[in-house]
Amino acid sequence: MASIVSVSHLSKHFRDLKAVDDLSFTVNEGDIYGFLGQNGAGKSTTIRILLTLIEPTAGDIEIMGMNLKNHRKEILQNVGAIIEKPDFYKYLTAQENLSLFAKISGVKVPSHKIKEQLELVGLIDRAGSKVKTFSQGMKQRLGIAVALIHDPKLIILDEPMNGLDPQGIADIRNLILQLSKSMGKTVIVSSHLLNEIELIANRVLIIDKGKKVEEGAAAELFDPANTLVELLVADVETTWNSLQQTSWKDNLYAKEGTTILLRMHRNDIPMLFKTLSSTDIPIYSLSPRHSLEDYFLNITTQNRHVETFAN
Amino acid sequence: MWKLLQIELFKIYKRPRTYIAFGAVMAIVAVVQVALRYDGKSYIDFMMSGLSDTFEFQNDKVLNGYLVCFIILNTLLIHVPLLVTLIAADEVAGEANMGTLRLLMTKPVSRTQLILVKFAASVIYVILLLMWMAVLALLISILIFGTNDMVVLRNDSFHQMQANDVVWRYVMAFGYATVAMSTVAALSLLLSVFADNAVGPIVATISIVIVLTILSEMNIPLYDKTVKPYLFTSHMVAWKGFFYVKSTEEGETIKGSIENLPAIGRSFLILVIYICLFVGSAVVCFKKKDILS
Repeated sequence: MASIVSVSHLSKHFRDLKAVDDLSFTVNEGDIYGFLGQNGAGKSTTIRILLTLIEPTAGDIEIMGMNLKNHRKEILQNVGAIIEKPDFYKYLTAQENLSLFAKISGVKVPSHKIKEQLELVGLIDRAGSKVKTFSQGMKQRLGIAVALIHDPKLIILDEPMNGLDPQGIADIRNLILQLSKSMGKTVIVSSHLLNEIELIANRVLIIDKGKKVEEGAAAELFDPANTLVELLVADVETTWNSLQQTSWKDNLYAKEGTTILLRMHRNDIPMLFKTLSSTDIPIYSLSPRHSLEDYFLNITTQNRHVETFAN
Repeated sequence: MWKLLQIELFKIYKRPRTYIAFGAVMAIVAVVQVALRYDGKSYIDFMMSGLSDTFEFQNDKVLNGYLVCFIILNTLLIHVPLLVTLIAADEVAGEANMGTLRLLMTKPVSRTQLILVKFAASVIYVILLLMWMAVLALLISILIFGTNDMVVLRNDSFHQMQANDVVWRYVMAFGYATVAMSTVAALSLLLSVFADNAVGPIVATISIVIVLTILSEMNIPLYDKTVKPYLFTSHMVAWKGFFYVKSTEEGETIKGSIENLPAIGRSFLILVIYICLFVGSAVVCFKKKDILS
């Protein structure tokens, strides 16, 4: 598949701080590209560089086959974006804001198209309300409408689920999937909600301290065969010994306080539940830990812990 | 560029803050007009006290719409920079504070264009504000006080213009005031580029204007030739020059004359240079600015 974004050896230094350090990655057409990293890892800086809000210290960026520095205007005509929590002109209505940003994007959008877009994000009933009366979730949805109003090929969403309630998160997730699957858009999405990225992204980039840690297909990184299951029990030792006597003994992984960890395929979880139910071992809870979270913490914090202890 | 300007003007038109300045101008003009309507004689007596021994003035004729407008202009042009700053300083910093600047800059708009358009919108705002002031201070004053020959005091002398020789001077004065206020708008815009909140640039612009105005008005020989000629505030009051007329050897006023037109032209040029400097610097700084807000 053809690449739509190609970043090579990107760096951004704020005086002594290396916010982005020799970062290279490629986003293919049609990807939902998950961008992961802890707070301060350099995700937002990278996204702002892609959107020309920040000038990079070094590196090359090609978007849609054009150099970002030389073809900024042509590229941005085909890019829609939300950066962190979207804000609008509070004294204007949703419709006025959307119409205004459509004009700035260089497209002439008839008023029925504006209304269609507001309908798509579920704001048609509030089209005439001033944005100052909107909740964060409504602003987020209006942000999506602004990002899509000029029908861009590439959509960049920086933490689009920030500040949303569970329903709002689910709405945005479904919208991102719809944009990719039904409309063929390429979406770059950064989020600290790792399980959300796991649910939507087909490719993932993990960065830490501005450096690339891992890039690859989500299915390979989030292997369901290596799901970690947390078992909260009353007596760790007794439960551990009991499980040693069963067919689950090979799955036992570790003991953490009052929790026992087992590693298994995600599909085997119901069977474990059944086994435990048939015994008289007191169990408080059983839950799978998200494989991405595991993987992510593993590769981004290991070094940090070592450094902390060394100091 | 035109489309962008329309958008900027639409934002200014829709912003409640815009109308504060229009309300403030109306209030100040009304206060001055009411005071002069009911106690104008005392004011004229006080104003002419230095000259009353030498000349005889008919106070009821001296106090007319033209003079009232001149008095208002003298008062308001000290305060209008503050009102202009409220809008101009908000142009970039206000957007950064609101969080709309980052969204705006992800659109296919060049940074140079954006600053130029924001400055143009500020100038249009200044023009509208001064037109509003002209309507209130000149037209309403003419309706209340009528017209007659205009007498303008200058230190210990006075200039007298025939009634039919005044209106064009006001047109020129308001035109000049537009350039003077645009200089303040340009300075506010420049300071606005460095801030993420409009309060800083508003306070900074007003502080600069106040300090430089004090320097411009101070009579310190050392500053007269070394500092004052280069301060933009020294040239902001040059609009008064349109009301200083030439006289014949017999002391007759020459109709349609301006005492020192080259001085006004020089002041105008200096203000234009300052505008170019401020707006140019705003463009350069904004192009280099990392938008982190």
